[in-house]
Amino acid sequence: MHTQKKEKQKKQLKIIDMSNEHKEWPLWEVFIRSKAGLDHKHAGSLHAADAQMAIENARDVYTRRMEGISIWVVESKHIHASNPEEADAFFDPAQDKIYRHPTFYNLPDELKHM
Amino acid sequence: MSSVTTLKYTLQLADNVLIMGQRLAAWCGKGPILEQDIALTNISLDQIGQARSLYQYAATIVNNMPAADKAQLFNAPLLQEKINNKLSITEDDLAYLRDAWDFRNCLLVEQENGDWAYTVARSFFFDRFQYLLYTAMLKSTDGTLAAIAEKSLKEVQYHIKWASEWVIRLGDGTDISKEKMQHALQARWEYTGEMFTMNELEKEAYNIGLGVDVSQLQQTYQQQIETIVQEAGLQMPTAAWMQTGGKNGVHTEHLGYILAEMQYLQRAYPNMEW
Repeated sequence: MHTQKKEKQKKQLKIIDMSNEHKEWPLWEVFIRSKAGLDHKHAGSLHAADAQMAIENARDVYTRRMEGISIWVVESKHIHASNPEEADAFFDPAQDKIYRHPTFYNLPDELKHM
Repeated sequence: MSSVTTLKYTLQLADNVLIMGQRLAAWCGKGPILEQDIALTNISLDQIGQARSLYQYAATIVNNMPAADKAQLFNAPLLQEKINNKLSITEDDLAYLRDAWDFRNCLLVEQENGDWAYTVARSFFFDRFQYLLYTAMLKSTDGTLAAIAEKSLKEVQYHIKWASEWVIRLGDGTDISKEKMQHALQARWEYTGEMFTMNELEKEAYNIGLGVDVSQLQQTYQQQIETIVQEAGLQMPTAAWMQTGGKNGVHTEHLGYILAEMQYLQRAYPNMEW
């Protein structure tokens, strides 16, 4: 049991071999929840050797001024993005479909904050 | 006379965190990686913040003392003159106008940054102590000190985490990082004994319920240090002789240089602000 825990820790806290091809620590994207009930928002990115260090670095870099109560990190290489070259086909068709906005409904007067 | 004890005890606590914070601040802009640079300066600012709370309290004690009691508090002429001229003193006066022999920080915190492993080792040894000290200080009969301890504990918990993880990371890393970490632990260990050796002031403070009996913390400290050292795959450091002196005002040569840099501006341009 103890050795298992140690193995796990070893894996988690593995130091990146700076002498080889990994000249730099990997890049991580940081998401911060500013208060309970709100969603995590992308705050920026940083370098860290592993997830644990990434969370702690994020704490130091992005929550120094009480910006957050919860942190998510994900290694940047795991983020997949839409292709900018396909932006026209992706996003332009939505431009002339204003009926998709819920602006054509008559709201009852009793309904506030809409 | 117990207000003099409270004053001196508070100053000893403050000096430890001020000098430690000043040492870590020297890493600002020189960290091995931006994120760790910020981590260290955050810790530094936590410690300087703790020092400020303590110096503010100390300044209040001095200002409220009867003139006769404070006629010979400090060796530093600049500060003592100010007090004797019936001027109020501030936290800054206590940080900037005292000389090395008035400082009562332990020798550990004034040791040089060295390489990354040395910086980690010093913080590892100091932060563990601070945690035990502040935890015990929650029971102080002095409400202000208990409150400062409570506020600081949350910060120190994070400092411990930071230092411990680096000890494990380096110890459990490459052959070179392991060797450097082992070497740093060994080199700094001889400064840890002083933290648990009660000086006259601490005995007095403990007897009136103000301070902590640090000698009672040593066993727990050793166990906690050993747990992390083992986890890091390192050898527990040993010392044939523990260095002492700082808590009684007898410092290594390093403190003078630290103060020269830290106090220069206020000495050259008194009351300068920016």
